[in-house]
Amino acid sequence: MSLKNSTLVKLNNAGFKQNDKWLVEGVSLTVEKGKIVTLIGPNGSGKSTTAKIALGIYKNIEGSVEKYTNKVGYVPQKILIDWTLPLRVHDFMLLTENIKDDAIDEALNLTGVIHLKNKNLGNLSGGEFQRVLIARAISKKPELLVLDEPVQGVDYTGEIALYELIKRISDTLNCGILLISHDLHTVMTATDHVVCLNGHVCCSGTPMDVAKNNEYKTLFGEQASQILSVYEHKHDHVHSDKGEIKKN
Amino acid sequence: MFDDFFIRALIAGLGIALVTGPLGCFVVWRRLSYFGDTLSHSALLGVTIAYSFEINIALSVFLISSVVALILIQLQKKTNLPGDALLGLLAHSSLAVGLVVIGFLTFIRFDIMGLLFGDILAVTTDDLLIIWTGGALILLVLKFIWKPLFASTVNYELAEAEGLNPDRAKAIFTILMAAVIAISIKMVGLLLITGMLIIPAAMARNLSDSPQKMVLFSIIGGLLSVLLGLFSSLEFNTSSGPSIIMAALILFILSLLNIKQSIKLKN
Repeated sequence: MSLKNSTLVKLNNAGFKQNDKWLVEGVSLTVEKGKIVTLIGPNGSGKSTTAKIALGIYKNIEGSVEKYTNKVGYVPQKILIDWTLPLRVHDFMLLTENIKDDAIDEALNLTGVIHLKNKNLGNLSGGEFQRVLIARAISKKPELLVLDEPVQGVDYTGEIALYELIKRISDTLNCGILLISHDLHTVMTATDHVVCLNGHVCCSGTPMDVAKNNEYKTLFGEQASQILSVYEHKHDHVHSDKGEIKKN
Repeated sequence: MFDDFFIRALIAGLGIALVTGPLGCFVVWRRLSYFGDTLSHSALLGVTIAYSFEINIALSVFLISSVVALILIQLQKKTNLPGDALLGLLAHSSLAVGLVVIGFLTFIRFDIMGLLFGDILAVTTDDLLIIWTGGALILLVLKFIWKPLFASTVNYELAEAEGLNPDRAKAIFTILMAAVIAISIKMVGLLLITGMLIIPAAMARNLSDSPQKMVLFSIIGGLLSVLLGLFSSLEFNTSSGPSIIMAALILFILSLLNIKQSIKLKN
């Protein structure tokens, strides 16, 4: 397969072993500009590990990773911040890159937490902190966005709004997104490519392909497969020639 | 007005405080107080080597502390012992080796108390040069690695994922720690250097709501501690190290009052 220049990161048969136990193995996937690739799978199936392999956090891996961008935004699943550090939301936004103040405000506005800008990070609720994490990742205008359960702890309406935001960002910034989510409903509305993991790639393809796959059905059950088909013909907008979204 | 030695001690102390302020913040944030202790204990060996081969004390201490830091990193990789056990092992064994070597150096008159607790009489003009140029270099390098070091202090994986190379920053920071111990050993003494790193930073934590403020207050706290400490050392004829650390302690206790007030305001 030839490599398109829109490729941002490519995993070739990648795997990672810790204490002689494979966390995940044999994963091949490609994230391209403007595309959303979603990893699904049960707990312990290696979703976060795959994301960390793609990001280069794990060094001694099997297989290989080709990364074609350094502009990366990452929302980790678990983040342990030591509160011996006095850190305001504003300081946190500047953590890995010096970003202009209006870009910070814009990102915090998009995720609905601009009012928390001068709050101490330790005083935020779980959902608020999650919104700050997303804001930080998108404020850098990354080419590759890796989101590991980005809306955990966010209230229901917020969850939908944030997924819409993620979809919009992938369109406007034309960035590639590697998304990990357990929420099959929301995942399937926006995803271009689904990779179903269970220690290895059990199936992958468009959401519809995956929904029809028998391995997927045994992993998630018959109901999950019906969830996907609901979204089969859900197109409520078209794209104008400038790339803007027009509602039907 | 003051004797020359006292002016020299003041200039030296203020130079040291400028460097220990920001470095101390990282020691507190990254929980490295025991690491600082280990490096400074190994400094005694550095001092004995300096006397034996007649080389500069700061240089010799810097080299020995760096070697001990490297050994520590290797031991962490190759053994299953917990980090604090390894630190204790290195701290006490290097202190012991240093003391045994001193025992053999009967031909040199040693002021052990001065080594352990600092001696303002010992600061020479050469030392001033080492402290200020060394200190300026340390601060310059720290400024250079600030972003990756700080980002990985907050979260290692974020820093690594977003391409900041935190491992390199950590290695460089380790060398900076060895360097700051080397330049402060004469003034503060090897048993109390970690105090100079931690106490002003701890005081600053009580007063700050952002990392920049904490660094600033930590520097100011260090400078005040040196001034207060040295004047009382002169006045009461006490060792310089303990006097400076006691001044820092008093500032820390005062900063606790501020916490109580802010808790009252919140309720």
